[in-house]
Amino acid sequence: MFLANPFRLRETGLLGMNERNTFIARYNERRLYPLVDDKLKTKMLAEKHGLAVAKLYDVVREQHQVEVIGKTLEQLDSFVIKPSRGSGGKGIKVIVGRRGDNWVKASGDEVTRLDITRHISNILSGLYSLGGKPDVAMIEALVAMDPQFEGLSYEGIPDIRIIVFCGYPVMSMMRLATHVSDGKANLHQGAVGVGLDLGAGKALFAVQYNRPCKLHPDTGLPLNTLAIPHWHQLMCLAASCYEITGLGYLGADIVIDQQRGPLIMELNARPGLSIQIANNIGLSPRIRRIARESKQVSRSVEERVAYSMREFCSEPSRVTAV
Amino acid sequence: MEEKIKVYVVAALLAVIGISIALYKHFALGFPLLPDARTEVWTVEAKVEFQASGVPVLVSLALPYEQDGVAILTENFTTPGFGFSQIDQPDGSRRAQWTRREADGKQTLYYRIQVYPATPDQKTETHAPTPPVPPEYDSAQAASASALLDEIHTVSANTETFVTQLLRALISDPLSQNAAFLLGDNRSQPHVANTALHLLSLAGIPNRIVRGLELEDGRRRQNLVDLVEVWDEGHWKVFDPRTARPGLPAQFMVWRRGDVSLLDVEGGFDSKASFSMLKSYRPTRDIALSTAKDNRAALVDFSIYALPIEEQAAFKTILLVPIGTLVVAIFRILIGLRTSGTFMPILIALAFIQTTLLWGLLLFLIVVGAGLYIRFHLARLNLLMLGRISAVVTVVIGLMSGISILSFKLGLYQILTVTFFPMIILSWTIERMSVLWEEEGPREVAIQGGGSLLVATAAFLMMSNSLVAHLTFNFPELLMVQLAVILLIGQYTGYRLMELRRFRPMLENR
Repeated sequence: MFLANPFRLRETGLLGMNERNTFIARYNERRLYPLVDDKLKTKMLAEKHGLAVAKLYDVVREQHQVEVIGKTLEQLDSFVIKPSRGSGGKGIKVIVGRRGDNWVKASGDEVTRLDITRHISNILSGLYSLGGKPDVAMIEALVAMDPQFEGLSYEGIPDIRIIVFCGYPVMSMMRLATHVSDGKANLHQGAVGVGLDLGAGKALFAVQYNRPCKLHPDTGLPLNTLAIPHWHQLMCLAASCYEITGLGYLGADIVIDQQRGPLIMELNARPGLSIQIANNIGLSPRIRRIARESKQVSRSVEERVAYSMREFCSEPSRVTAV
Repeated sequence: MEEKIKVYVVAALLAVIGISIALYKHFALGFPLLPDARTEVWTVEAKVEFQASGVPVLVSLALPYEQDGVAILTENFTTPGFGFSQIDQPDGSRRAQWTRREADGKQTLYYRIQVYPATPDQKTETHAPTPPVPPEYDSAQAASASALLDEIHTVSANTETFVTQLLRALISDPLSQNAAFLLGDNRSQPHVANTALHLLSLAGIPNRIVRGLELEDGRRRQNLVDLVEVWDEGHWKVFDPRTARPGLPAQFMVWRRGDVSLLDVEGGFDSKASFSMLKSYRPTRDIALSTAKDNRAALVDFSIYALPIEEQAAFKTILLVPIGTLVVAIFRILIGLRTSGTFMPILIALAFIQTTLLWGLLLFLIVVGAGLYIRFHLARLNLLMLGRISAVVTVVIGLMSGISILSFKLGLYQILTVTFFPMIILSWTIERMSVLWEEEGPREVAIQGGGSLLVATAAFLMMSNSLVAHLTFNFPELLMVQLAVILLIGQYTGYRLMELRRFRPMLENR
C-alpha cells in the first residue's frame, strides 16, 4: 500500500507535523526564538552558563573584514565556517586541512582562498539566513572526532540530536554523515540516523532514507555496536539547554570532541520528526507523559535525566533488534 | 481542548451568519446561487394609433400596475412631439397621458414595459365591493337569462362551481337555447365575457372585468383578453371565460381590472391600441440587483455594489484571494505539499487567470528556467546578494519584454499576457530555487517548484471556476464561511496526507 493507515500510525504514537506545531506554539515562546536561531547568541548563552561549546576563533560581521580574515585563516589548518542564522545545515563549510595554497574540505575537494572569501561574503549578505537577512559568519575550531566513531561517519563528524521536552530528554539519535549526504548530518540528504536508547546511549535501530539499515552504507561497519561515550554527561548537557533558553520543546545537537567530550553545536526550536523513524518509536506518548509530569513536580537537571534514563530506557529485546 | 471548542463555536457562528445572509439574499432579494441563472423578461409594447383632427389632443392610456406574479423591470414612453405625464389614480392604478396643442393626421405613440415573473406576495383586498347593478334586459332577455341561471343553479354547489357552469354554458357547443338567445350572433370573446358579467350581476354576484395579455413570444398586434372576476368568500377569484376554468391562464399579464377604459383620445378619431411582445433572457442577478437597489435594501445599499464599477471589478479579483489561501491551507496543512514561498502560488494563480492555464504554466517555466540559467552565470561574478537579486529582477523584466515582442511579431497574442506575472515574486522564486539547487540539488527544486505549480494550478482552477467567482462576488458574506473553514483547518492536528507516506516505514519496520 502506498499510504499508511492513519489509525495504525496513531497507535505507534507518531507525532505529526501539525501536532508538533501546536506543541511548539504552546511551549516555545516566540521571543525566545532568536536565542536559538542565531548560533552566535546560543554559543554566548551556553558559555555564560558554563556549558561546553566548540571554540570560537572569530566572527566576521562586515564585508570589509572579509579580506582581513582571509589572511588570519592562512594560519589555520582546520576550521569551520558557518552562518550564524543558517538553517538546516546550510552554508556550513568544513575545512579539514591544507594542500599547498589551498584548503581541503571534508569531502577531499580543494577550495581556494577566493572560494572562502566568497563564501563569507555570501553568508554576510544573507544567502543562507532565513528571509535573506544580513548575517554574520562564525569561524570555529574543527571538532576532533572521537576515534570510536572512526568508520561510522563518512567525511564528517557524527552528531547526536536529543529532543528535550520541558527539560526532559525524550528521544535521541545519532546522525552519521555519508558520501551521499556530502558530509552533512541531515537525514533527508542521505545521512544515516541511528536511534539511541536513552538509558544507555546504545544503538536501537538505524535508517537511511527511511529504510532500516544494519551497516554503514560507505564503510560497511555494523551499526548495532554503536555506543556513545560520556552518555550521562551528554544527557545532562542537553537537559540544561531548557534552563538556559526557556524553550519547552527543543532539539539539542551535540558532538563529541576527542579531548573535550560533549559540546553543544546548536539548538533548534523546531526540531524535525525523522528522529521517530530512526528510533522506530513515536514521540507523542513521551511528550504527553512529560507534559503531565512537569506540571506536577519540578526537578533538577540531574533528576530529570535520571527520570528519562529510567523511564524511556528500552526493553532489552529491542536493543538487539537492529 | 478548551481552545478547540472555542474555535468550533466561532467557526459555527461565522458559518451560520454567512450562510444565513447568503440565503436571505437568495430567497428574499432573488440573488441567484448559480452564475448562469437567467430570468425570462417580457418586453410588451403598447402601440396607440389615431387620426388627429387638428385640435388639441389628449391621449390617456391605462397602464398595468405591479401585480401578483409579475414585476416591472423598466418602463419607457416614446412620445415624439407630445407632452407626457404619468397620473397616479387614487385606487392605485396609473394612466399615461400624452398631450399636444395641435396635431394632424396619423399619430403613433408607444409605451414599452419590461416585466419578469416574480413570487406572488398574496395581497388581499379587504373591503367588499358594492352589490352589482342588475343589467337592463328587455322582458324576453330577462326571461331566458333567469331560466338559464335557474338551470345553472340546480347543477352547481357554490359560487365557484356556479361561475364555472355559467361560463361553460356560454361556450358549450351546441349552445343551449337560452344561451344562444342571450349571446345573439356575436360570439366574439369580449362579448362572451361581457354577457357572463351581465348574468353574474343578475345573479347578484359582485363581479368585474379583468383585461390583460397572454404572453406569447413574438406575437404582434394582439388585443387584450377579457377575463371574469367574481367576489367570493372575501376574495376576488378570476375565471377564464374561454375555457371556463378558475385561475389566471399561464403567462398572463393583467393590464387592468374593473370597468376602466383602456384608451381615451380627445381630439382624434379611429383610435386603437394594440400590443406586441417579445421574450428575452436576462441574468437573474442583474434583475435582482436592480430591484434591490430600487427598494434600497440595506444589504445591497451598503455593499460592494455601492462602489463605482471600476472598484467593483477590482474586488472581483480581490475576493478570489481568500479562495486561493484556502487552497494553499488545504494543500499545506491537510496534504502537506511543500511549496516555494507560502503564498507565491496564489500570485501565480492570479496571473494564470489573465494568461490562461497552459500558456501560464509554459510562460512560468520559460521565465523561471531562463532566469535560473542566467542566475547561475551571475553567481560567477561574485556579487552581493542584494546586487544579485536586483540583477535577476532586471533579467526577468528583460525576459518578459523579449517574450512579449517576439510573440507579438509571431502573432501569438496570448503570450503578451506574460506581463501579468508578478516580477519581484518571480525574481525571488528564481533566487530561492537556485539556492535550493546548490544546497539540496535539483530534486528538491523539482519537488518545491512542482508543488508550487500544482498548488497554483489548483488555486487557479478554483478561482477561475465561474460558480466560485459568482458566489464570491455576489455573496461576499460567504467569506465568513471560508473563514470558518480556515479556522477549522488551522486547528487540525492530525496527520498530513504526505506524512502517511513519509512515516509508512514506521509500520513496515515493526
